[in-house]
Amino acid sequence: MIDARSSAGRNDVQPPPSLGATEGFEPRVDARRRRADLWRQGFRASTLVAILVLAALLLNVANSAFGYTAVQVKRDPATVLYHGVALDQLDAAGLVGLLESELKPGVVRRLNGEAPLVSRSVRDLHALATERIVQPKVVRTWSLLDSVFRRGAVRRAHAAEFPNTALVFRSWLTADFLLSPQDPDPEKSGVSTAIKGSLWMILITILFAFPVGVGAAIYLEEYADKRSRINQLIQTNINNLAGVPSIIYGMLGLAILVRFLQPFTSGAIFGMAGGDSPNGRTILSGGLTLGLLILPVLIINGQEAIRAVPQSLRQASFGLGGTKWQTIWHHVLPGALPGILTGAILAVSRAIGETAPILVIGASTYVALDPSGPFSKFTALPIQIYQWTSRPSDVFRNIAAAAILALLILLLTLNASAIFLRNRYRAKG
Amino acid sequence: MAIAAETVSASGRARAEVRASLRRRSRPTESVIQGLLFLCGAISILTTIGIVFVLTRESLRFFADPDVSVWKFLTGTTWQPHLKQFGILPLVNATLGTSAIAMVVALPLGLAVAIYLSEYASSPMRNALKPVLEVLAGIPTVVFGYFALMFMTPLLRLVLGADLVSGYNMASAGIVIGILILPLVTSMSEDALHAVPRSLREASFALGATRLETSMHVVLPAALSGIAAAFILAISRAIGETMVVAIASGASPNLTFNPFQPAETMTGHIARISSGDLSFNTIDYDSIFAIGLMLFLMTLGLNAVSQRIVRRFREQYE
Repeated sequence: MIDARSSAGRNDVQPPPSLGATEGFEPRVDARRRRADLWRQGFRASTLVAILVLAALLLNVANSAFGYTAVQVKRDPATVLYHGVALDQLDAAGLVGLLESELKPGVVRRLNGEAPLVSRSVRDLHALATERIVQPKVVRTWSLLDSVFRRGAVRRAHAAEFPNTALVFRSWLTADFLLSPQDPDPEKSGVSTAIKGSLWMILITILFAFPVGVGAAIYLEEYADKRSRINQLIQTNINNLAGVPSIIYGMLGLAILVRFLQPFTSGAIFGMAGGDSPNGRTILSGGLTLGLLILPVLIINGQEAIRAVPQSLRQASFGLGGTKWQTIWHHVLPGALPGILTGAILAVSRAIGETAPILVIGASTYVALDPSGPFSKFTALPIQIYQWTSRPSDVFRNIAAAAILALLILLLTLNASAIFLRNRYRAKG
Repeated sequence: MAIAAETVSASGRARAEVRASLRRRSRPTESVIQGLLFLCGAISILTTIGIVFVLTRESLRFFADPDVSVWKFLTGTTWQPHLKQFGILPLVNATLGTSAIAMVVALPLGLAVAIYLSEYASSPMRNALKPVLEVLAGIPTVVFGYFALMFMTPLLRLVLGADLVSGYNMASAGIVIGILILPLVTSMSEDALHAVPRSLREASFALGATRLETSMHVVLPAALSGIAAAFILAISRAIGETMVVAIASGASPNLTFNPFQPAETMTGHIARISSGDLSFNTIDYDSIFAIGLMLFLMTLGLNAVSQRIVRRFREQYE
């Protein structure tokens, strides 16, 4: 501080040699103002850069998630008729009839084996008829910016390169995309398996980390003697854990949960192991790993929320003869809950986006079956994005962008609810 | 207790009964609850012990392999697991390279934004800008990886030429990591600047200093320790960052000082080797734990330094 003051004094603010020498003083003031202006522009520009980067990131994702595609069809949908009715106008019975007349009997039998055609919904049947009879295939995609601002060039390129295809503006993020399971063909692939995997995993994370985190925060704030060695150790340790790279947690999960505790995490000791051989790479391992990861953040947040509860509330409760736990349970916790919840939502939204730790514990990248419980093999939304981004083909990049949009929307919803909670809490306080 | 003492002095049967009802009762549930809560706190210790134990044990197994020695691991310049060459230098070099690029981006930019927010921006402006940074901080790292590969790399190739910049490279990963840690640098630095007492600024203004001179010569030096702590924590974050380098920096351990060449980092290598079904009891499995131990020690050291600085900084103002 002393340094700061002396350096300010040392600066060009020294008084001029004599009070009358204002001619020498004025120009320097101007120069100083110019310099100040220049730097202020610099600071403002830096802030602008930060905003532009965020805009570029979002635009970059949207750029691949929407745009023109050249679609090649095996049969023009206009020529697909059943008793003179066009494909789009057919009802369920008509669609079944169409499928039975167009497809080979063996294929129809197999489809009936998966789920009887007559019991399927019109939407499913329409999608099936399109997929099997029209057989559309995306042969080239254009970015959103090209599609909007260089429409003419896109049209010309399309006409020159793919004369026999239709030029269709397409959003890769569709209801079908969100509801379909994973598929080797990127055009049919969806994220429902990944979303369910993420949700299951987060459920485990919350069930494990929330009670433990709140419990630890209560212990450290209400019970722990701040001078005792062990409590100081716990506190330092939590601060250190918050800085450990997430991939290290993945390695902890891999060695302890997946490998050492395999009978537990694969469900074998409960007789619930899925699949042929017990394997610890399950939703349970993923959820617990992420739980350990967000625990330090949860504890630190919880401590702050508990500390913010006025001491008078505790004293009032003690004065009426409440025990320590009664005081905490009935007075401290309700007061701290909004703060705890806000921190918890932010921690959970961080966990949803975490990729590295669950990549290391071995979330499978290709899982076609929806997870059925904590002992299922699984994939998660960020893993799916990573996997698709690493593929060289264009269409994979498009669906990666669509999956990112789905993830960002999920996270924004969570964050918005946290901000809403915080503001309500502030208004009350 | 005081009440109990009073009742003792005044004798009488009725009073004795009151005394009995006021005597401190033993409450087993209370102690059980306290025990449970202590266990919750102790889980964090168990986590640390678990991390240290796992990393050390598997690393020891790795170094027990006849093809591996600690010396060759620390000084070897080739990492080729299938040739039994385990020299960590290419991975460490790439990690330090991407982190250095990240810091070159994040430090000036983050500090400038922090100074702008804390010293220049009006309060509505600040309220509008802070959510932008919060949104940036909330975006998952895998999205930044996508951004590095799909935006930053093409941009670099466009500006500097596709011959110079390879399709996977350290520069674009480093720049994007810099953007990723920008909110951390900004918010911690701004907190530090904010903690400088107003009186210091007012004294400087009263002496005729401009806002810039006040910021640079009064506020910044006073907040320096807090800013230094933010920088060190940011370096630690950059070193531990995984997804951006796994996606954008290439998949070959490569000892190069050219930022436009592909080079795999420590975290990138761990992610690549362990994605998919890595079988236990292989040297690949053991080797990632040795890298992990190295990574853990590096980040732990940086975090410890950062915390020590923050503690000192706090003592100054409280």
